[in-house]
Amino acid sequence: MTNKYQLGDEAADALREIGNIGAAHAATALSQILHQTVEMQVPQVELIPFDEIADVVGGPEAIVACVYLKVTGDLSGNMFFIQSLDSAKQLTGEVLSEVKQIELLNDLEMSALGEMGNILTASYLSSLTDFTKLKMYPSIPYISIDMAQAILTIGLLSDAPMGDYALVIHTSIHNSKAMEKAHIFLLPDPGQEVVLLHALGMEIQK
Amino acid sequence: MIHKVGMADAKAAKEGDSLRTLGLGSCVGITLYDELTKVGGMAHIMLPVSNMDKEVNPAKYADTGIPYLLEMVLSLGAAKARLKAKIAGGAQMFANAHGLEVIRVGPRNVEAVQETLGKLNIPIVASAVGGNFGRTIELDCMTGKLGIRTAQFGESVI
Repeated sequence: MTNKYQLGDEAADALREIGNIGAAHAATALSQILHQTVEMQVPQVELIPFDEIADVVGGPEAIVACVYLKVTGDLSGNMFFIQSLDSAKQLTGEVLSEVKQIELLNDLEMSALGEMGNILTASYLSSLTDFTKLKMYPSIPYISIDMAQAILTIGLLSDAPMGDYALVIHTSIHNSKAMEKAHIFLLPDPGQEVVLLHALGMEIQK
Repeated sequence: MIHKVGMADAKAAKEGDSLRTLGLGSCVGITLYDELTKVGGMAHIMLPVSNMDKEVNPAKYADTGIPYLLEMVLSLGAAKARLKAKIAGGAQMFANAHGLEVIRVGPRNVEAVQETLGKLNIPIVASAVGGNFGRTIELDCMTGKLGIRTAQFGESVI
């Protein structure tokens, strides 16, 4: 299978800037919650084959803690706040000021993680709305701790006009204490990148 | 050797080989096996029904992926009358997400797989579907046994 659908450099730059603005606001929000410096990396905008999406977070079977929010409105898509289980425990421990030494997250930690996903996503999307004038509404946060690919599939389920590829706007962030990075993914539903680019005054060539 | 079956992919293999697909969530893994010729096949479907568009990948959908897989195992020498199916996956990964339509895709995939296999008169001899956890599956073409690995509930063989 060949990738017949390509993103031009200019379009990729524009989408990267979207990722930059959104993630910067999300990182700022996280920094305020944690009272710590949060660093972020330059966002990446890629068309990734379905099979390789989980590689970004450690492989298809890597156990991850994921907060998922469905985005509806002028732009439909999917937001994921995703990290290793250890990283999630560390992060919720910072917020709750205690770390329980059990293998999985307890209810309080799950709730804290979901709320962080909620705040990060709200910051991310509201900054995009300011920038693009597109209205976007996140769902409530949904949490799952399991194999990365099994979880991420939920963002890949629309009938993709571009074949088995997904457009992924990806940023990784980490606080000063964490060894591992947490990831923020924005996966516009297939075809929705056109909406984003149009809002930025660009037309995509097909 | 172990053949890796990706998402929206299907492969067939013979005695001595295994077929494996990783991280099934709402997706369903379907295996077809002929114990006489020891030919096996595995598909990893993502959605229940294709829109019959020319350009789609048949392995992505239950209704087109299973006939596509059937052709593959028949071409390796399996006989349709001897084929037995096993299925796994079709989970709802986000247990609390009742309001979202997309969440229902796991059960819908399972229904579509059962229906398609029924139309083809291929019996389902074992299944491990539903729940809210991911599964990695591996078919041993020597025995037809399907190994299932999960993150939270260990391993099993069906």
